[in-house]
Amino acid sequence: MDNRINEEQFSSKGEVTGVRPGSEVAGASQNKANKPVVRTVSKEEADLKLINRPKAKNVTPLASQKLTPKDIPEFEDTPERRETLALRKKRHLNRKLREFGVFSGYLTPSFVGVAVFFILPLGMLLFTSFQTSPTNHTFVGLRNYERVLTNEAFLDASWNTLTFALISVPLAVVLALLIAMLLNSGLPGKSLFRSFLLNPMMVPVASVVLIWQVFFSYNGVINGIAEKIFDSPEKIDWLKSSYAQVVIMLLFLWKNLGYNMVLFLAALNSIPHEILESAEMDGAGPVKRFFAIKLHYLSPTIFFVGIMSLINSFKIFREVYLLTGDYPFDNLYMLQHFMNNAFTHLDYSKLSAGAIVMCIVMVIIVGGLFFAESKFDKDVEE
Amino acid sequence: MTMDETKRLERRRQATLARRHIYTETKEPETFITSLSEEARESFFAGEKKRIELNLRKRRIVKGIFTGLGIFAAVVISALALIPIFFTFLNSFMSSEEIVSNYQVVFQSMSGHATQGASYMSRMPVLKLIPEEVTIKQYTTLLFMNPEYLFKYWNSILLTLPIVGGQMVIACLASYSFARYRKKWMEVIFFIYIILMLMPFQVTLVPNYMIADGLGILNTIWAIILPGIFSTFAIFLLTKYMRQIPSGYIEAAKLDGATEWQIFTNIALPLCKNAIFALTILLFIDYWNMVEQPLVLLTDAAKQPLSVFLSQINEPELGIAFAASSVYMIPPLLIFFWGEDYLVEGISRSGIK
Repeated sequence: MDNRINEEQFSSKGEVTGVRPGSEVAGASQNKANKPVVRTVSKEEADLKLINRPKAKNVTPLASQKLTPKDIPEFEDTPERRETLALRKKRHLNRKLREFGVFSGYLTPSFVGVAVFFILPLGMLLFTSFQTSPTNHTFVGLRNYERVLTNEAFLDASWNTLTFALISVPLAVVLALLIAMLLNSGLPGKSLFRSFLLNPMMVPVASVVLIWQVFFSYNGVINGIAEKIFDSPEKIDWLKSSYAQVVIMLLFLWKNLGYNMVLFLAALNSIPHEILESAEMDGAGPVKRFFAIKLHYLSPTIFFVGIMSLINSFKIFREVYLLTGDYPFDNLYMLQHFMNNAFTHLDYSKLSAGAIVMCIVMVIIVGGLFFAESKFDKDVEE
Repeated sequence: MTMDETKRLERRRQATLARRHIYTETKEPETFITSLSEEARESFFAGEKKRIELNLRKRRIVKGIFTGLGIFAAVVISALALIPIFFTFLNSFMSSEEIVSNYQVVFQSMSGHATQGASYMSRMPVLKLIPEEVTIKQYTTLLFMNPEYLFKYWNSILLTLPIVGGQMVIACLASYSFARYRKKWMEVIFFIYIILMLMPFQVTLVPNYMIADGLGILNTIWAIILPGIFSTFAIFLLTKYMRQIPSGYIEAAKLDGATEWQIFTNIALPLCKNAIFALTILLFIDYWNMVEQPLVLLTDAAKQPLSVFLSQINEPELGIAFAASSVYMIPPLLIFFWGEDYLVEGISRSGIK
């Protein structure tokens, strides 16, 4: 705060001192204009004059100096000039090259590794997806794709993965935003709650799978409590019925809400206070303030949280696998299960065709998301 | 001359008039309060005071109720978040007999041969917070009688640390170039990186297997460490972070004659310290958690990390399962408590523009 005041004082002083000599100079030049101009000036003085000449509007410097076209130095195509131009061009190119060299140098270690361990495998995948098997190089065209796209297991798995993402990602975003707003509403012990909620993120899945099984298995705790409270003999087999996806969603939310909430807390804190206060003075209620102001400032974060949740929803396979093994209940059968099982059954061509299909879908989704983000960002900046 | 004189006289006259006007007594305008008598005024003020106090109290109570409700909700949510962790820890202090008698019914139904009819154990699992008898027997059997467990723990560390360290070093370098060198083709590479980040491990399972075989690193820890090091997740987040560095800093350093390496080490890295810490923690937990890769690429059970072992726990080992889980989650939790501020700060900044 102090600094800013000092700066302001400083700048105002600068303005004052800047104006005064300027006006004097202007006056002097006016006086000079009345006098007859003496043409005998040394070259240096002429240069100085050229530099310090008053800036005139609508008058080009050439006209004010009454220079004839003859006086304009002509750029003759001399060999020296050509040389300097070439040198300049070379220097420019050199700088660009050096820049390129430096930055691609920074990128190289990563890019080499990525090429070997990610891009090369993808290329091989694309290759084998048109063959009968990795060892038998007969070209079979799109037959593998046909096999995969008519395979019921693959379609089911894609459907499950998609529905899981479509339901759990918005849920993760909205719930995290609600919790963040709850914590941000002037609650005491905010940082304590924050670390409590962030805790599940740090717990390895393998450690809590056990307790999850204790809670949700057929003879588990949840069923026990339900039986005691509602006195109903019917028990739900949570992990082996249509509720299975709900259980996995709970696990997903349990793990990811903390991370999303921290992101939203930061975004909520970065909303300018003045705008919220002035809106409140103008009589905007909390709901109106949320939808008209906060949502606007939160939108980039909502997008980011959405992308991160999407990434994490693809990773949910690990939890499903640890909870239910290779062949879970139908609606938990994810794309990764399909690929894992194709791998263990040595059906590589099916696996690679499925993987390529998945890649294409993912490129479309992510590309669309990023296109939307760039459009969105422009809106926010405006 | 005369004009000046008259002007002066006029001005003086006005000044005197003004002075006089100040000293003339003004009559207070009649208002509601002045119209009241002394006593009535006092009682009126007292009433007003009471009304305001009442209003304030009402507002405070409403606010208190709302805060109470908020705290209640927050407590419930954090309790839900903490319950699984607490149970695992507390159960690890039970004796293994107690655990078996409490939970066996759960795992029997899981493994498919549920015992029907009467049995000595309860049909319902008994969920207890406090063990009947607190022992550290589970831990002693785990840590001293069971060398396999410690070996797997060591495997976990051996896999996680090189991956995290290597990926961070490479990610710092790469994300610096992504943040500074904004060319069209760099953006294309960045997009490819993002796609690769989203790609599940299973997609490139077969080719990865073949490449590991070709490099002769199959069934060694390098088959997991090398792809792990070049994973692009850290690059994505760190680039987002580095792009927020004000370009003024970098311009200033450039004008002062700093080389790119100096800018990188003296400006970019210190400014991203929080993000680097946060990412290290995130990566650690991610790879500490790793299950699928070791399952496929490490066929030798002795080389597999603890996460795989924990996922395959079944009835005979049920007694030590909770202790194993607890010990397994201690390092990430310790790291979390140590670096929570960095983590929160690092995560926070990555999401705001």
